[in-house]
Amino acid sequence: MPEIRVTPLGAGQDVGRSCILVSIAGKNVMLDCGMHMGFNDDRRFPDFSYITQNGRLTDFLDCVIISHFHLDHCGALPYFSEMVGYDGPIYMTHPTQAICPILLEDYRKIAVDKKGEANFFTSQMIKDCMKKVVAVHLHQTVQVDDELEIKAYYAGHVLGAAMFQIKVGSESVVYTGDYNMTPDRHLGAAWIDKCRPNLLITESTYATTIRDSKRCRERDFLKKVHETVERGGKVLIPVFALGRAQELCILLETFWERMNLKVPIYFSTGLTEKANHYYKLFIPWTNQKIRKTFVQRNMFEFKHIKAFDRAFADNPGPMVVFATPGMLHAGQSLQIFRKWAGNEKNMVIMPGYCVQGTVGHKILSGQRKLEMEGRQVLEVKMQVEYMSFSAHADAKGIMQLVGQAEPESVLLVHGEAKKMEFLKQKIEQELRVSCYMPANGETVTLPTSPSIPVGISLGLLKREMAQGLLPEAKKPRLLHGTLIMKDSNFRLVSSEQALKELGLAEHQLRFTCRVHLHDTRKEQETALRVYSHLKSVLKDHCVQHLPDGSVTVESVLLQAAAPSEDPGTKVLLVSWTYQDEELGSFLTSLLKKGLPQAPS
Amino acid sequence: MAAHLKKRVYEEFTKVVQPQEEIATKKLRLTKPSKSAALHIDLCKATSPADALQYLLQFARKPVEAESVEGVVRILLEHYYKENDPSVRLKIASLLGLLSKTAGFSPDCIMDDAINILQNEKSHQVLAQLLDTLLAIGTKLPENQAIQMRLVDVACKHLTDTSHGVRNKCLQLLGNLGSLEKSVTKDAEGLAARDVQKIIGDYFSDQDPRVRTAAIKAMLQLHERGLKLHQTIYNQACKLLSDDYEQVRSAAVQLIWVVSQLYPESIVPIPSSNEEIRLVDDAFGKICHMVSDGSWVVRVQAAKLLGSMEQVSSHFLEQTLDKKLMSDLRRKRTAHERAKELYSSGEFSSGRKWGDDAPKEEVDTGAVNLIESGACGAFVHGLEDEMYEVRIAAVEALCMLAQSSPSFAEKCLDFLVDMFNDEIEEVRLQSIHTMRKISNNITLREDQLDTVLAVLEDSSRDIREALHELLCCTNVSTKEGIHLALVELLKNLTKYPTDRDSIWKCLKFLGSRHPTLVLPLVPELLSTHPFFDTAEPDMDDPAYIAVLVLIFNAAKTCPTMPALFSDHTFRHYAYLRDSLSHLVPALRLPGRKLVSSAVSPSIIPQEDPSQQFLQQSLERVYSLQHLDPQGAQELLEFTIRDLQRLGELQSELAGVADFSATYLRCQLLLIKALQEKLWNVAAPLYLKQSDLASAAAKQIMEETYKMEFMYSGVENKQVVIIHHMRLQAKALQLIVTARTTRGLDPLFGMCEKFLQEVDFFQRYFIADLPHLQDSFVDKLLDLMPRLMTSKPAEVVKILQTMLRQSAFLHLPLPEQIHKASATIIEPAGESDNPLRFTSGLVVALDVDATLEHVQDPQNTVKVQVLYPDGQAQMIHPKPADFRNPGPGRHRLITQVYLSHTAWTEACQVEVRLLLAYNSSARIPKCPWMEGGEMSPQVETSIEGTIPFSKPVKVYIMPKPARR
Repeated sequence: MPEIRVTPLGAGQDVGRSCILVSIAGKNVMLDCGMHMGFNDDRRFPDFSYITQNGRLTDFLDCVIISHFHLDHCGALPYFSEMVGYDGPIYMTHPTQAICPILLEDYRKIAVDKKGEANFFTSQMIKDCMKKVVAVHLHQTVQVDDELEIKAYYAGHVLGAAMFQIKVGSESVVYTGDYNMTPDRHLGAAWIDKCRPNLLITESTYATTIRDSKRCRERDFLKKVHETVERGGKVLIPVFALGRAQELCILLETFWERMNLKVPIYFSTGLTEKANHYYKLFIPWTNQKIRKTFVQRNMFEFKHIKAFDRAFADNPGPMVVFATPGMLHAGQSLQIFRKWAGNEKNMVIMPGYCVQGTVGHKILSGQRKLEMEGRQVLEVKMQVEYMSFSAHADAKGIMQLVGQAEPESVLLVHGEAKKMEFLKQKIEQELRVSCYMPANGETVTLPTSPSIPVGISLGLLKREMAQGLLPEAKKPRLLHGTLIMKDSNFRLVSSEQALKELGLAEHQLRFTCRVHLHDTRKEQETALRVYSHLKSVLKDHCVQHLPDGSVTVESVLLQAAAPSEDPGTKVLLVSWTYQDEELGSFLTSLLKKGLPQAPS
Repeated sequence: MAAHLKKRVYEEFTKVVQPQEEIATKKLRLTKPSKSAALHIDLCKATSPADALQYLLQFARKPVEAESVEGVVRILLEHYYKENDPSVRLKIASLLGLLSKTAGFSPDCIMDDAINILQNEKSHQVLAQLLDTLLAIGTKLPENQAIQMRLVDVACKHLTDTSHGVRNKCLQLLGNLGSLEKSVTKDAEGLAARDVQKIIGDYFSDQDPRVRTAAIKAMLQLHERGLKLHQTIYNQACKLLSDDYEQVRSAAVQLIWVVSQLYPESIVPIPSSNEEIRLVDDAFGKICHMVSDGSWVVRVQAAKLLGSMEQVSSHFLEQTLDKKLMSDLRRKRTAHERAKELYSSGEFSSGRKWGDDAPKEEVDTGAVNLIESGACGAFVHGLEDEMYEVRIAAVEALCMLAQSSPSFAEKCLDFLVDMFNDEIEEVRLQSIHTMRKISNNITLREDQLDTVLAVLEDSSRDIREALHELLCCTNVSTKEGIHLALVELLKNLTKYPTDRDSIWKCLKFLGSRHPTLVLPLVPELLSTHPFFDTAEPDMDDPAYIAVLVLIFNAAKTCPTMPALFSDHTFRHYAYLRDSLSHLVPALRLPGRKLVSSAVSPSIIPQEDPSQQFLQQSLERVYSLQHLDPQGAQELLEFTIRDLQRLGELQSELAGVADFSATYLRCQLLLIKALQEKLWNVAAPLYLKQSDLASAAAKQIMEETYKMEFMYSGVENKQVVIIHHMRLQAKALQLIVTARTTRGLDPLFGMCEKFLQEVDFFQRYFIADLPHLQDSFVDKLLDLMPRLMTSKPAEVVKILQTMLRQSAFLHLPLPEQIHKASATIIEPAGESDNPLRFTSGLVVALDVDATLEHVQDPQNTVKVQVLYPDGQAQMIHPKPADFRNPGPGRHRLITQVYLSHTAWTEACQVEVRLLLAYNSSARIPKCPWMEGGEMSPQVETSIEGTIPFSKPVKVYIMPKPARR
């Protein structure tokens, strides 16, 4: 029995270190290769020893697919390919290929330089790893080998995020990675065609949430920023360098443009500048508005947003500053925060979730006095706002995507178990699709019934088509032919051709039957009467009277003979081939009823 | 000869075809000679299919007259039978279709042949083309039942073809020609009268998506032709909503909509439950579901159609705005609900706390339905869509539904307000307009008003102006709201001073709509104090004027308000009432004698007398003929004066008065010119004095052009008179030239030209000639044969006498006539600061003007720049620069590029608007110019221009370029 097996090495009932093994029709594919942010030990990377204990991974995996550049989807890649050892192809989209190494390098720097970890991958390893990458375009079907093909769909979420369809023969799996069903200021919404895969592996971060319209949030955000700068206050927005930061930049930039504001906006530099450069280049991956207007002006070439310099923080007057990192736990954002916290005119806007223990989390939960290092106490007088901008599909969005793709079954990953449970139940109830949610290391086996293509000869097809009416073409139809199985392919051909190909002679199978008729006349006359009778009954068949006294109806032969013993009865010989069985049996039953009395 | 031959062709054909068709084609070979023999010869010459195709293509480029179509068709058919190459046959088939569309040709005679060849045709493409031809024939003969029936029969027969193209065409044919109920008289053909709807319906499940689409389209076509579709197709159509192909889904949505409009009240069961609902509600739910379809084409279609489903019950309608939020399985309130609650609890929206939106009650996991099949949140999704086309469609639909349901209008307000922040300007604009349209049904809450007003700072002028228009007709609930609006508008005014007029207008309406809300604000706004006199504000401050406009308009219906005014306010009132009378209404102020109040009640009844006065004074003029020249002149002068004054007083009669005054002025000029002494003296002696006459002639010409092109609503009757006047002016010109020039050579040409003009006149206005009894032209045409043969000197003499004798023509007044006018708002022409730029380079000057009663401004309105050195430049604004804010009103916002070589001093250039005209474009096309070969240039070329706005002076200073 053919089957699809799925084993999550990470992201099974969990968020972080996404890594899912799929084997489909004998091909093994690894989807994503991420790290876990919550751990600093071995658990931060997926357990690749599950795949093989010894020997190189290349022998076991046909390809690796990376959905987007977030570290929880690609963070373990250099470790996996260089340190564990994998030489096969790694597929990702062009933007991901461009931005991924920047993030990996940043990650490596923090881990090695700041935390002083040894036995971590090196810059060279990142480079070597990226050499194995094969970039794909949207909707491009890439043949990994003769049988395995993959195809990328737009996923929103971040620049270059993609969903992948993995297909072998008629079996297919779609992996969504992270995706977003509502568009935002710089990216469009995820879209997939009705590809009807056997299995859809979808993320489920917001499995139990239905979100409010994005516009309210945007409007609130803009209003707050606007009010603060009008009052003459400073606004600090801690962000992570990629993804949301660009969205907020675009949002503020367009607002500034629309409202004709002159207050400076700064962006603390770092890897951002490099990344912004890529955002400018990958315009086809952005949303409708940016795509339509980039000819006049590339939206990522910010007019109002300038690079930040440390000294600017002390400048008088209003300003808006985007600073990294996003949770106010270290770095520039924290420095600026300390400078500005004392003034009640100022404001800090947290655009995302903060992990417990960070300054961001403390101020969000309402703490007004913070203990900083060196026993200082920082009194926070500035306003603290929270504004969630996240780019994952909510429960409705997930259902919508499932509805669009129409899979046979769904598998949930990248979410909390409790929430998944709810969504699983909903999917099974409302869409009537079986749903799975394996934990890490747990294998789900899905039996499939792949369809087997059979070639049919054109002649046969046309002949059969000519016999029936077309509109019912979707319904199954009976077809006469010979199935030839040869060299693992199947062909349906007409019987004559099959005979010819196989070098066999045709055997004719004839049925013969005698019918006794009461008739005192001569054989010829009986034959003539039979002829005229049949002629009148079978109007649309070809009935012929042959010179030798026999009668044919199509290929059925009738002969009248007079048995010597009884002149009053005549014996009618009826003979037909196997193919004409229907007509032959009809004729015998007809003749058995006797001939109508001749009008003599 | 040719015509004779053609006739023969036709006769022979009719003789043969009637008895039996098969032989007809054979015998036709005899009838080779025809006008289209050239085609025949070409086709015979063609050695290869490619050649033949070339000939046919060439042939197709030229039009064929209706009389010779028949012959051409015969020849084509003949070649069709002989032709082996399918591509040539295809071309012939398509030509047959084209030819049968020729006006004046009845294609029933070729139908038999077409059907005949259809039966023997093997190629699918040619078959499809032939069916197309039959469709063309069938649509040409809508009355002929028998033919329609026959064609339907043919279509049904070919429905089983294997090619999708053929099936497509068959369905198209059925949709266009088939009928549901057969007329009772044709019982004999009962077989042919099959149920077309059922046949088409069968193809809803065809294997080819193109055929499925064609089937749905055919069904829609049936509906469009007025045939009533059966309700049974509703279920079929619903199944198609989940089709794999977007064009099928898109068409299916339309079909469902059509059915829902046909049978809104029928009851349909809800699957998987035993409840039943109205069909229109069910359809509404299904279309709502399509708003989240995978293809944006379908989404646009669905969103658009939602707007026109007004019969849907309000319960369903309101669901479209409902999206149950939850977070972590707990029910959450939307931001809108929170805003509303904050408002009703008396607290202004702070939204400052984290977890302000914290989820409240737990949600029953079983009860949450993630994909309601109903209408839930359709608009929420539509308005959030990634394609702006969908968003616009959703906004439009919202608008239409809200107009028909006030409660829905109230509910959708929050969403519309949200759309004010869309990233695409078009969407923002659309939603502002929508809001304006539904503003009768709604009252803005303060927090909503706050969001609306925030948009006033938008840098796009269109947005701001749309918003002003919106505020004009908004209902505000509180006095704080009014105050807020005023403050924001004043902020807008300081930021964008160019919005002045629009803001004043907006405040005018805001004041007159909310007098009671403005009343308590007055002391604060005027900063009056109960005990102290405050400083008198600056009268020229636009912001102060804005406040006064608001207050005065409110005071109009609030008699207690003037008591709160201080002295200088009254003075300012008097000043503003005079200077900005369109913004400041007449007030009944205590202790003031009110000139306006005495006048204002009498304005309305006065309308009739003034109309009468106009009529009378015009009638008086028609007795002109009987007066001596002196008297006539005086009468005309008085009447013109009266009319002009009348036009100034009565704006609604201004068009008519001006129009007739202009006409009379022409007449006056003519009379004056003819009174000149020069006519009595020998020609060469009075060279100098002829100045007056020739100037008069020139001026009459100008005035007639103005009359013809500057007034909207001029009808043909008037055009004749105007042209007649122009002809007289031309005659006058001719006479003057004849008398003042020596030598006959130039005169010959002029005479010739004049006679041509007369000829043109006769041809254009042949229908109107009877109205011109006793006129100049009437007499002229009588003498035409003589004039043609006379010498120039003689012609001049005749003309002269005739001009003097001709009668004054009565000018019938058109129903509605308005003079085109334009005002340049910007540049204002007041600035003392010259616009500096480097000479030789270009400077852009923003021009903003309003145009009234201009027809087709995109083609006619031009901007002229006059430089001090006399150099004039005409600029054609882009069509996109014209906006159309209301009927008869246009707005031109454009940039004019100026450039010049260096000057030493700053100097003024003049900017004005011109109305370009082209008299030949206006006149109905004359028969000899027909044939489609008229180049488009003729239409657009400019014959002359009329300035129709006051020139504005702009101070500019081109500096020499620094080296």
